[in-house]
Amino acid sequence: MKRLSLLGLLGLVIRRDLLLAMRRRSDVLTTLVFFVMVVSLFPLGVGPEPEMLRKMAPGVVWVAALLASMLSLARMFSADYLDGTLEQMLLAPQSFSVLVLGKIIGHWLLSGLPLVLIAPVLGVQFDMSGDALMVLLIGLLLGTPVLSMIGAIGAALTLGLRGGGVLVSLLVLPLCIPVLIFGTAAVDAVTAGMDYTTNLALLGAFMLFALTFTPLVTAQALKISME
Amino acid sequence: MLEVLNLACSRGEHPLFTGLSFALKASELMQVQGSNGSGKTTLLRTLCGFLQQDDGEIRWDGQNVRQAKEEYLSAMFYLGHHNAIKDELSALENFSISAGLAGYQVDEKTALSALRRMGLRGRERLPVKVLSQGQRRRVALARLLVEEARLWILDEPLTALDVGAVSLMEELIGEQLSKGGSVIFTTHQPLAVAGVETQRLPLS
Amino acid sequence: MVIHWFKYSAPTNFYRLAGKLIPWFAIPSAILFVVGLYIGFFVAPTDAVQSEAYRIIFIHVPASILSMFIYMVMAFYAALGLVFNTRLSSMMASALAPTGALFAFLALWTGALWGKPMWGAYWVWDARLTSELILLFLYLGFIALQASIDDPRRADRAGALLAIVGSVNVPIIYFSVKWWNTLHQGSTIKFTGSSMHIAMQEAMFITLAACWMYVVAVSLVRVRSIILERESKTQWVSELPEVKS
Repeated sequence: MKRLSLLGLLGLVIRRDLLLAMRRRSDVLTTLVFFVMVVSLFPLGVGPEPEMLRKMAPGVVWVAALLASMLSLARMFSADYLDGTLEQMLLAPQSFSVLVLGKIIGHWLLSGLPLVLIAPVLGVQFDMSGDALMVLLIGLLLGTPVLSMIGAIGAALTLGLRGGGVLVSLLVLPLCIPVLIFGTAAVDAVTAGMDYTTNLALLGAFMLFALTFTPLVTAQALKISME
Repeated sequence: MLEVLNLACSRGEHPLFTGLSFALKASELMQVQGSNGSGKTTLLRTLCGFLQQDDGEIRWDGQNVRQAKEEYLSAMFYLGHHNAIKDELSALENFSISAGLAGYQVDEKTALSALRRMGLRGRERLPVKVLSQGQRRRVALARLLVEEARLWILDEPLTALDVGAVSLMEELIGEQLSKGGSVIFTTHQPLAVAGVETQRLPLS
Repeated sequence: MVIHWFKYSAPTNFYRLAGKLIPWFAIPSAILFVVGLYIGFFVAPTDAVQSEAYRIIFIHVPASILSMFIYMVMAFYAALGLVFNTRLSSMMASALAPTGALFAFLALWTGALWGKPMWGAYWVWDARLTSELILLFLYLGFIALQASIDDPRRADRAGALLAIVGSVNVPIIYFSVKWWNTLHQGSTIKFTGSSMHIAMQEAMFITLAACWMYVVAVSLVRVRSIILERESKTQWVSELPEVKS
């Protein structure tokens, strides 16, 4: 019988999560709908004045993306924890961190990527320019994985606790603030005609840094929570 | 061969047992006994590496399991109170994924024959949520037929199984023992394998 | 005299040591507070630019510095507890957290009180104060996480991991907020225009020392009560005079 390689294992975990999400479609959609609703609430709250909306747009979209990501975090490990699958993953002979990375990537594909794809539509609601939309998209593409990764640590630490969803947000949101700052700064820069690449490069740096460390930290957090 | 030396475990701040030592050699069957709360599940979970012991050492084939982690985990199989299967997936899909996570790539033919031997003929492709508790347990146990685990750690494996499944389980354990594997388990129901003397490990 | 340091890593022995040390920190702290605040409020001259309002810095600055310092110390103890499995280190981290949060809150509050006469608003999104706010959130997160976990061992270890992740993030957050502030041309709260009068410096250092001693004293008190709570079922606790009565 063939043994699975690490990459094969990663693929297995991601495919499994995608398969499960397809059979339980509501989860993905609720995050998306929440995102759209929150963004749409702002003009209703502050008035439809186009100049102001254009200025607010990057901030609004980013904050909404943060909140929508928080919503789905509690679900990242809880289902597997409750039915014992997470235990079995801990017993996998190969690196547990690889399996955890697979879970995180799966989470991003289901919660982060849809936000990235729908963001341009929302940007149009705010009358953002083409350049601004592009930078917003790239920023979200780089930043939402970081949200999933930092969020994974929070989800792992709060596994099985009451008050789960809110507690995770309390823990994770402060740590996500740099992503928010640079994501919005990039869009503001391009709107003002200034250099935006530094901001995006920093987001990229955050992503690489998170990619290196979060699977290990999350794996450790899961072990602590499952004792 | 599994060796436990001077093991001490506690749960929360309550010490459960100290100075526990035993060896489980090939073809041996061992039952952990004790009243509720005496630490049976804690012992099994410590053997799996989920919990850290307070004191003592666990050795597999002479090596400390912390050092030889990969060898140990490849050689062992654990089934606890949870089945570790997903309701939305079919028995076949669950089987392939669970085996895959344990590092085994199983083709469909092998998977189907394993599920059929466990008494799930005709139900392999149904979503597991329509199966009974006993049938779900059988799906979880099907992996035993395919994986080459030399050590089975089973926490109440007979839960929810009917008489037919219980005797199938005893048969499987018998096969495992005759192949040179070892089994350590806890149970609330009688479990005996023909021709094999069960060793008892009492936890006071 | 040889001091057997490892002896004190056992909660039993540390409990007694801490009890003896507390007055050595509490009393000087009180004295230094009185001296420092006296110099700060009565001896130091009125500032040319900011008049009397500036005097709040004698509380604001120590609170701000210590809130950062305590977080690092807390993360250090928590990391020790996680790596070496010493319960006392984790208890120390848990004992420090509320005081750290208090100082962060105090820094924010005094910052706001200062802001009103200076800038006309209680809250201006100054980079330092905003970072302080985020630090307060990090403290509250730590405390909330530990409060939500019943199993003390899991609470210690989870909190430790969170504190370590937080301490890695603190410089990143600080840098980001500073960047954000300059981008948006926000206001920066400065202490005084030019160099500080000698009396002001004196007062600042004295109140800083007073606050530090306060932190040590309070944390020792708190860690003693944590020890009592955790070890409540053991024999040595039930034999303590304060418990027997």
